[in-house]
Amino acid sequence: MSFITRGFSGRSRERDDRLPPGQTLVHDFPVLSAGPTPEVDTAEWEFTIRTESAVHRWNWDEFLALQIDEVDTDIHCVTHWSKLGTSWRGVSLDTLFEQVETEQEYVMAHSYGGYTTNVPLDELLDGKAWVAFEFDGQALEPEHGGPARLLVPHLYFWKSAKWVRGLVMMDQDEPGFWEQNGYHLHGDPWKEERYW
Amino acid sequence: MSEVSTPGATATPAASAALRAVPRSGWHVATVAAARRETPNASRLELEVDGWPGNAAGQHLDVRLTAPDGYTATRSYSIASSGPGTRVTLAVDKLPDGEVSPYLVDEVRAGDMLEVHGPLGAFFVWAPVAETGDARPVQLIAGGSGVVPLFAMAQAHGDADDPVPFRLLYSARTPDDVYFAGELQRLVGASAPFRLDLVYTRRAPEGWRAPAARITRETLEAAVFPAAEQPRVYVCGSTGFVERVADWLVELGHDPRSIRTERYGGT
Repeated sequence: MSFITRGFSGRSRERDDRLPPGQTLVHDFPVLSAGPTPEVDTAEWEFTIRTESAVHRWNWDEFLALQIDEVDTDIHCVTHWSKLGTSWRGVSLDTLFEQVETEQEYVMAHSYGGYTTNVPLDELLDGKAWVAFEFDGQALEPEHGGPARLLVPHLYFWKSAKWVRGLVMMDQDEPGFWEQNGYHLHGDPWKEERYW
Repeated sequence: MSEVSTPGATATPAASAALRAVPRSGWHVATVAAARRETPNASRLELEVDGWPGNAAGQHLDVRLTAPDGYTATRSYSIASSGPGTRVTLAVDKLPDGEVSPYLVDEVRAGDMLEVHGPLGAFFVWAPVAETGDARPVQLIAGGSGVVPLFAMAQAHGDADDPVPFRLLYSARTPDDVYFAGELQRLVGASAPFRLDLVYTRRAPEGWRAPAARITRETLEAAVFPAAEQPRVYVCGSTGFVERVADWLVELGHDPRSIRTERYGGT
């Protein structure tokens, strides 16, 4: 039941099939976080995956020694901006899960600073997600989630947890921080799963 | 119009409780009841929103504009009002290369209809101590148009005659750029404890106590509740402003978990 807004013509059309519904192209990189930016020293940094039976750990040097992927991808923020063709380097979740045995199908990502977000394991494997530590050829800046952030580009960008420090496997899906604060449990930009 | 999506049936009891705690958002038709200049660069819009469920102080909404060829543009705006009822106040700052804000500031007039989706956001919000039981003092810190959701909180605090001490540190370019100037002065004189600290970055009024300058760590420290009083802090403004202020607050000993931020970015 949309209707035409009197007097609105809009900007020149940047029609692009890569743009999900309701999104607008930006060329800068907006920052959206719920609190202060944590400063995380890579000497103290650790990434863990906790399952029903074990905790897998990587320190910064061990993490950088893993296979590193170059990722060129589009990113879509729930606040209606999208960036196309962003380039990242990071470690694929496939690589991180190679030695992880788990029957559990749901994941809660945890961040330095206390942020959490939930993602089903299926959405993280098969080349769909990374722990990224470089953006545009530079070390990832703290305000954009450095030293390392989750990168799940096929979901709205709040799922790409900044300052990520670990994943906890869960038996069932539970809402993380923004999901408890009005955002969609799943967050597919192509289905406009913004809010519930 | 798109339907509001519902969470999957996999939600746990904890999820269900969290989901119930937030007012349900949805698409609504808003009629512009009044549009007027707020500052040389911003407009205040009074909207009558059909079916609006009310909103908490600090929440936002999405405005969707549709061109004759079906092209749409959607942007998020903080709400300057709160409480029950179907009246919603926005104050929109015109961005130089914006697409939606120039329309809302220069073109919109009383009687126009807009599509809005909301209320949105359940984190950057404030409610009176009578509802939350949280009696810690509240420090609001605004940069430019970032005052909008913080004004909603200050007004809600005044309306509720809430006894919690409130302060607003508000950085504006010039006296002409102060949003809600009259309302803020009235809140200073109201019975709910409220202190306003204005900082002018480009031009201060005649005889002002300090030359025009951006907030520094020192002026911040002098104007806000000390960390020892464990205030809850809400910071809203441009990304650069919020990053600077939040970093200083942490350096000054404020608990990062007590600092809530809203960064305005994008187009």
